[in-house]
Amino acid sequence: MTEAHATDDKPFIEVRALTMAYGDFVVQHDLDFVVNQGDIFVVMGGNGCGKSTLMRALIGLQEPTHGSVFYSGEDLWRAAPEARQRLKRRLGVLFQGGALWSSLTLAENVALPLSEYTDLPAARVDEIVSFKLALVGLAGFEEFYPAELSGGMKKRAALARAMALDPDILVIDEPSSGLDPLTARRLDELIVELRDSLGTTIVVVTHELASILSIGNNSIYLDPETHTMIATGHPQVALKSGHPKVRHFLTRGET
Amino acid sequence: MVETLDQGIHRLRFDGTGLAAWDSGLLTFVAGVTRLCANRGIAIDTGGLPNGAQRLLSMALAVPEQKVALRHAEGQGMLAQVGGATIEFFRSLPLMLHFLGEIFQSFARLLTGRAHFRGGDVWREIEEVGPRALPIVFVISFLVGLILAYLGADQLRLVGAQIFIADLVAIGMVREIGALMTGIIVAGRTGAAFAARLGTMQVNDEIDAFRTLGISAIDFLVLPRVLALMLMVPLLTLYAGFIGMLAGLLVSVTIFDIGVYEYYAEVLRALEFKHFMVGLSKGTVYGAMIAYAGCLRGMQCGRSAEAVGRAATSAVVTAILLITIAASIMTIVFYQLDI
Repeated sequence: MTEAHATDDKPFIEVRALTMAYGDFVVQHDLDFVVNQGDIFVVMGGNGCGKSTLMRALIGLQEPTHGSVFYSGEDLWRAAPEARQRLKRRLGVLFQGGALWSSLTLAENVALPLSEYTDLPAARVDEIVSFKLALVGLAGFEEFYPAELSGGMKKRAALARAMALDPDILVIDEPSSGLDPLTARRLDELIVELRDSLGTTIVVVTHELASILSIGNNSIYLDPETHTMIATGHPQVALKSGHPKVRHFLTRGET
Repeated sequence: MVETLDQGIHRLRFDGTGLAAWDSGLLTFVAGVTRLCANRGIAIDTGGLPNGAQRLLSMALAVPEQKVALRHAEGQGMLAQVGGATIEFFRSLPLMLHFLGEIFQSFARLLTGRAHFRGGDVWREIEEVGPRALPIVFVISFLVGLILAYLGADQLRLVGAQIFIADLVAIGMVREIGALMTGIIVAGRTGAAFAARLGTMQVNDEIDAFRTLGISAIDFLVLPRVLALMLMVPLLTLYAGFIGMLAGLLVSVTIFDIGVYEYYAEVLRALEFKHFMVGLSKGTVYGAMIAYAGCLRGMQCGRSAEAVGRAATSAVVTAILLITIAASIMTIVFYQLDI
């Protein structure tokens, strides 16, 4: 959107004419949007509007009915398996419940992507794992199993795993769901910090107003009635002068 | 009550004076009456009811009943259910074959050293499947051996050939029953556990986390389990055969007056190497099938606690069905080949 990002002619993430359906039921159709490098891009909408389905199309888990997702101009869904794999490795994903592998310790969870995709010696992997866990405030929890952690700690550990391979893009599903307001805020701050320090582009799928308004700098709203998106730009601006439906959503129905 | 409403009444009023306490019973009654009155065009006045009751009633009646919300209430006829289940089965066949193909691909990667999994996982599964199943396999095979010996001895006594109890029990347990019993025990113990474990991982998005990272969940989760069962079920089969023979010995010696050495010599004479090979190959096949059924149902699991339960049940049913089919085919094939 801003001049600074328009240097590359290929948009960082581009969604074109994306339609997602389960059988005859169209969840969302004709989604068109661009995410610029370094954005914290918020996909917002009420329950059941198709946010998670969109996320699954973005990260290569659920094939869209029409349209596609382009990363730096490369088509995720039409790419050959190896090219798609390479594109997917640019992504880190934080699932709603964390989705940590329950049979592995935190250290093993973070180490697995590293040992799969790098040739680093074990000692180096251990160092990186400890550093990533320290980054999310979980230093010393290396040998804990996911079941031994609280919800907030699980999410932070999952964030460390998502960041293991230093992805360009981080896709986060409902960062604050199930967290108390303070924990949720700390996680939001952590996300902004990661963007600022590493330049990671972040796509957040959420309905949490506090998160949307405090971290997003661009957004779309998925309308459950028309089953398509409303481009909304910066959430703070949308709150003041956006589409009436979006204002309605962002003010919990008070306008 | 309904007849009274049909006698030309135009207006109905509730009088709640003197009503000390009320609960949902009153509300459902008033809501029912309201619906009856609405159908007959009778005006209704709930002004006499307690304030709280009026507010709740207006909330409940504010949104008309949604047709979609009641769609599950319609029952299906038995024929339709049977038809639906049959169609569902044939629809699931390609998926089952696809999963089988993925396992074979994973094996190919294993043989060429490109499979991504941790050896430790295989050991953990082996420990879970093997040593911990020893007590239950002992009890079942011992009792089955006992039954077999009694049943056989009773018939063989008629022709004075009790000594052949040893042949019957030894060959029966080693070739057929040891593997079958072990298979059924492991299906119930481990097949269900595999399905529940993988199903829970599905519910927690853990499988999706593998997929987004491009790590094959088949290599990482399914392959170690298949390997563990293909190694351990044959070993358990041998163990079951041995325990069954012990039970046969006990019956022969205590009830039918056969000497310990006599029994031992007869067992040695009866058992041939090929019997062990038949038993071991059956055990291997059953193990593979249990792992396949358990992992298949786990990976197919829906995203709810109920679905995990169904996956576990379905894994056991599928495994036992596959084992029985395989047992029949292999018995016939081995017989025809004179093995």
